[in-house]
Amino acid sequence: MSVAETRTERSAGWNRPPAVEPEGEGELLEVAMGPHHPSTHGVFRMDVSLDGERVVRLKPVFGYLHRNHEKIAEGVAYLASMPYTDRLDYFCSLTNNWAYALAVEKLAGQEVPARAEYIRVILAELTRIQNHASTIGFLLQEMGASGTPLMYAFREREKILDLFESLTGSRMMCNYMRFGGCRVDLSSAWIEATKKVVAGLPAFVDEFEALLTGNEILMARCQGVGVLKPDLAVNAGISGPMLRASGVNYDLRKVDHYGIYDRFQFRVPLGDHGDIYDRYMVRVLEMRESIGILNQALQDIPLGPIMDAKAKLRGFRPKPGEAYGRIEAPKGELGFYLISDGGPNPYRYRVRPPSLINLTVLEDMCLGHNVADVVLIFGSVDIVLGEVDR
Amino acid sequence: MLGEGIVKGMLETAKNFAGSFVSEDRLTTVEYPEQRIPTAENARVFPFLIYDGPDWHAGLRCVACQICEKECPPKCIYIEKSKDKKPDFVGKPQIYPARFDIDISVCMSCQICVEVCPFEAIKMDTEFELATGDRFGGLLLDCRELAKSNEYYHSIHPTEAAEVDARLAEEKKAAEAKAKAAAAAAAQKAAADAAAKAAAPKPGAPAAGGS
Amino acid sequence: MKTVEEIKAAIEAAVPGAGVTVVLNPSPSAQHSLRLEPAHALAVAAFLRDDPELAFDYLSNVTGVDWLDKEIAEKVKVTRQVTKTVDGPEGTKLEQVVDEIVEETRKHVEPGSLEAVYHLYSVALRHGPLVLRMRTVNRTDKVELPSLTPVWRAAELQEREVFDLYGIVFTGHPDLRRILMWDEFKDYPMRKDYVEPDDYEYEPTAHDAVLKRAQEHRSREQGSRD
Repeated sequence: MSVAETRTERSAGWNRPPAVEPEGEGELLEVAMGPHHPSTHGVFRMDVSLDGERVVRLKPVFGYLHRNHEKIAEGVAYLASMPYTDRLDYFCSLTNNWAYALAVEKLAGQEVPARAEYIRVILAELTRIQNHASTIGFLLQEMGASGTPLMYAFREREKILDLFESLTGSRMMCNYMRFGGCRVDLSSAWIEATKKVVAGLPAFVDEFEALLTGNEILMARCQGVGVLKPDLAVNAGISGPMLRASGVNYDLRKVDHYGIYDRFQFRVPLGDHGDIYDRYMVRVLEMRESIGILNQALQDIPLGPIMDAKAKLRGFRPKPGEAYGRIEAPKGELGFYLISDGGPNPYRYRVRPPSLINLTVLEDMCLGHNVADVVLIFGSVDIVLGEVDR
Repeated sequence: MLGEGIVKGMLETAKNFAGSFVSEDRLTTVEYPEQRIPTAENARVFPFLIYDGPDWHAGLRCVACQICEKECPPKCIYIEKSKDKKPDFVGKPQIYPARFDIDISVCMSCQICVEVCPFEAIKMDTEFELATGDRFGGLLLDCRELAKSNEYYHSIHPTEAAEVDARLAEEKKAAEAKAKAAAAAAAQKAAADAAAKAAAPKPGAPAAGGS
Repeated sequence: MKTVEEIKAAIEAAVPGAGVTVVLNPSPSAQHSLRLEPAHALAVAAFLRDDPELAFDYLSNVTGVDWLDKEIAEKVKVTRQVTKTVDGPEGTKLEQVVDEIVEETRKHVEPGSLEAVYHLYSVALRHGPLVLRMRTVNRTDKVELPSLTPVWRAAELQEREVFDLYGIVFTGHPDLRRILMWDEFKDYPMRKDYVEPDDYEYEPTAHDAVLKRAQEHRSREQGSRD
């Protein structure tokens, strides 16, 4: 592609912010980053046009992992889609379960008992901690800190996954939540083990921060790179830590009051600049807040049933209608939109994937930066290709 | 001071490096397959069928109701019903699966078959070393390969198995009580019928007894 | 948040002739929606975003729904005039025209359409959701809808996905290409009447219909090669 062509493409005129103009005339260097590139977290391609080292055009190419999850879900019963949701964002299967269960509960009007709500909060916050820790680990891996931060994160993640395994039977594909409750009850031994792990987490976050937060190389690479302005972030539907790093106070746990998050004291960390460093910092602070929520939830978890008495395992047919349910997943706003026609299968089943929609502004953030920064900006978005391509 | 952050980070790494010599906690690697971590009690890999008693075929709890086949999300179960019947654990004659195949190359270990089974006949195994050279035949398990004894189930999921056994024992007791009640009722009815028959003078029949 | 009826009134005051209808949702979620006329959708969307009382600045979800042609049978009570013989005075018979209510089953085909659904929230005022819907004229040739990407950037990738999987053509979208399927792909896989290709990769599941079709496909291919 020539320089003149990029100019006409950009002057097509819509709400894209003005970008860096290539200097001079002539041909640009076309680089296909991916689909098999170590920084792309899976199979994903960015078609990048370079003027020297600078990025002047970047087009993401999706679909390498597309398996039409939505079509599969429309062909099976409501419950049978639950294990498939584990495979969307395979780092956070429990929050995926929760979002789907929440949408179905809205559709069918089911009530969740208090103990089940506490269990959901505990599992979701553990998921958030392990997701943020490994995201930061991967970000540092892409920055060139080969291994150390990632291994520290994975050491801690392993403890959390062991808890998941002893409760749900699987480390990653948990398939734990059900419409109107949860599948198996917590034992007191499990709660004790979780308390022990949670008690060790603040020391881990301190260690992580001592290792990274003040590091000059991290600051030099991250500060002022990949800036996302708050008005664009809202307009482009960005969600999760990325939105909050741009300074927009929008956390669905506070906004939607879903589950029982009203009962817990926690703050919503916000960034100032919207650059990579703020995204890193917001994730670290969110881990600290999650530890706070976990301590409260493990303290007050009540006894009682874990399933709605009216819930049915077999022959579940919600009345005709539709519902959109969303939760604050670690990667952003994860929503499920369901239309029922009264049959055993959903008529329409839609996943609102935060990973895909957060990539809307990838080009805006990358334009004008060096090609090495593209890898970092992409890593700071925090995506999982299983969810992007579905 | 420039470089302070890096030094601080290096100190942290050094602490972890030195700490790994003294603290068990920091040594997280296990040298598989010589060393093994015990599997969690709730762990699940692939499903298997439970049988009671010594004979796998006679003791199979499955009654080929095909609910799991219908509910299986990736449709990896295939069941053919038998033509004849065999007694189940309470002694009632039931259909059994003439063919029960699970394709574990398609199975995704979701445990939904276990949840929907009303007969406690299918449970999750913890065996995970299932690699085979034969991609098609080797991963298609038939009834014989799937059948495992209740004792084996007790050895891998002791808590859950005890609960299941208690539930089944109760069911059996209820069924026996019901059968006994039914038998008693039938006997009573028969006796009453006989008594009624005896009491009522039958036309055309020779009068019985001492008239 | 205002109710959908109030929002409808506000829209009609601001955009004359907008032609908004309320679609009620019978499920317990009670998320009712507004159906927009495609001709005025862009103006309505801009109003919803910029109005200080509504301020729907955050477009959360965009998706498509495929509604097939539906044959609807409904029982209708019809008054018909029937001639009846009535006993007249003095034993005579009289013919009289009487109105009678008869139940009749009528069938009509409701033409199918493709529908785009938008879920809006407000970050500024923290309310929502407001559900917007637009329908195409039919499912075959008149499948254009106006793109809302100029109002909310969030629709950019999601409208591309709806175009890819449902075949709704969003006019005014800056970059309408296939996103999940490859560029040479012809059909729209999320439509309800989509037929899966029979040259699937071999699945060893013994009873799967997919396997049968794959085997037939393979034998056909082999036959044509010989």
